Amino acid sequence: MQPNPDTPLLETRGLTAAYGQFKALFGIDLHIHPGECVAIIGANGAGKTTLMRAITGVLRNDPGMVLHRSTPIGALSPDQVMQRGIAMVPEGRKLFPSLSVEENLLIGGQVRRGSGHWSLDAIYRLFPILRERRHSPGTALSGGQQQMVAIGRALMSNPELLLCDEISLGLAPVVIRDIYAALPAIRDTGAAVVLVEQDIARALSVADRIYCLMEGRVTLTAPSAEVTRAAIHAAYFGEAA
Amino acid sequence: MIWLDTLVQGILLGGLYALFAAGLSLVFGIMRLVNLAHGDLIVFAAFLILVTVNLLGLNPFLSALLAAPLMFATGWALQRLVLNRVLGKDILPPLLITFGLSVALQNGMLEVFSADSQRIRAGALESASVDLGPVTVGTLPLLTFGSAVLAIFLLNRLFYSTALGRAFRATSDDPVTASLMGINPRGVFAIATGLAMVIVTLAALYLGMRANFDPSIGPARLIYAFEAVIIGGLGSLWGTLAGGAIIGIAQTVGAQINPEWQILAGHIAFLVVLLIRPRGLFPRAVD
Repeated sequence: MQPNPDTPLLETRGLTAAYGQFKALFGIDLHIHPGECVAIIGANGAGKTTLMRAITGVLRNDPGMVLHRSTPIGALSPDQVMQRGIAMVPEGRKLFPSLSVEENLLIGGQVRRGSGHWSLDAIYRLFPILRERRHSPGTALSGGQQQMVAIGRALMSNPELLLCDEISLGLAPVVIRDIYAALPAIRDTGAAVVLVEQDIARALSVADRIYCLMEGRVTLTAPSAEVTRAAIHAAYFGEAA
Repeated sequence: MIWLDTLVQGILLGGLYALFAAGLSLVFGIMRLVNLAHGDLIVFAAFLILVTVNLLGLNPFLSALLAAPLMFATGWALQRLVLNRVLGKDILPPLLITFGLSVALQNGMLEVFSADSQRIRAGALESASVDLGPVTVGTLPLLTFGSAVLAIFLLNRLFYSTALGRAFRATSDDPVTASLMGINPRGVFAIATGLAMVIVTLAALYLGMRANFDPSIGPARLIYAFEAVIIGGLGSLWGTLAGGAIIGIAQTVGAQINPEWQILAGHIAFLVVLLIRPRGLFPRAVD
């Protein structure tokens, strides 16, 4: 069977998530097409990170709430989701402190799909500073360099979909610019990218499409080029604000 | 000369304690799980070797080679079917489960093998010795120590230069992020416990050839293993060897002064190290 070009790479249908009694997501519907770059914006507590945790399987759902190329994956464990080509750059980078920079990268490549583009060498070409620091403990690096390791670690599996949770959080503007400079090279490999981002201007400038979340619901979705400041303001803070 | 001899005997005895401890250290290092049935599992493996020696008429070393994969499977299944279910933020459930397992194992072995003291016969090896100039040492203790050094060397290589070792360390650091990298933490834990049981088999081989054993002696072996791990510092395998050697030396020196002091001296050495270096000699783990 030929894959339908209109089939989304990833889709959520009525995705809900809760921490105990506290409901964090109230039926999220979104879709990401192959090769697309989608930004997810929203205030703190809007449910962005919870959404990432639900997609990657850290929070388990009903199988049909998350679909990968029309296959239900909502109930899979994180390692099974990852093996389907959905890699995650977690919020706060989460490098393994016992592992060197190079080992952190290698662990991301332990599950590799096909003979894809990414290798240690390709990551070192993308972020040359990491080659110099390859034998340092991952956590001995600066925040920006650690973020590069976290991105490289996710790329090492040659993902079809790269989820980036708040990659600019806590970094200096000049460092953020360096990290975003790597985005075109990543997209050139054909990978779809989801950016969870608080910096709205940044999100609009790089993404094809945006979703805005507020209090666990999608309040706005539009192509980046067509969205107005007023619409974002309303979606971000609510109509009343 | 008698003191040099005592020192050497103590270090060699420490090799046995390091073998008791290495599996415990491995499991604790990777999943922060304290297996209170560790000593009883050593005794269980010793009985397993004894049965293969008696039934098949094999040499003890060959029997251990047969027992090792069985023990690996036992450890793997124990982790998969039982311990993985109770691992979590609360450290009490795994402690209770392994405590219960310890009691069940002791009584099960008592039922099957009786309370009689047993020994794995090693023929001429039991009394063979090697002349090392100023001191003469038993071949068996020397083999024990050599096996401990080799086992710890191989474990370190596995830990620091293989993909599996990388997965062990990553999972130990942060199981959730490890799972985002495509690692199944529960599978990693099962392999680690299986591996610990292979080392337990090696410990059981030398325990059973060196002295008599019966179903009740497990908990005392667990104490020595604990002390070796704590003296060496959590997470350091070479530290565990050093810890074993310190207990071994303390015991032989104590026995040299007065035979009644042998066991006590080992425990006192442990307490002294705790007083001076509460985190052990070579701590690696942060928490």
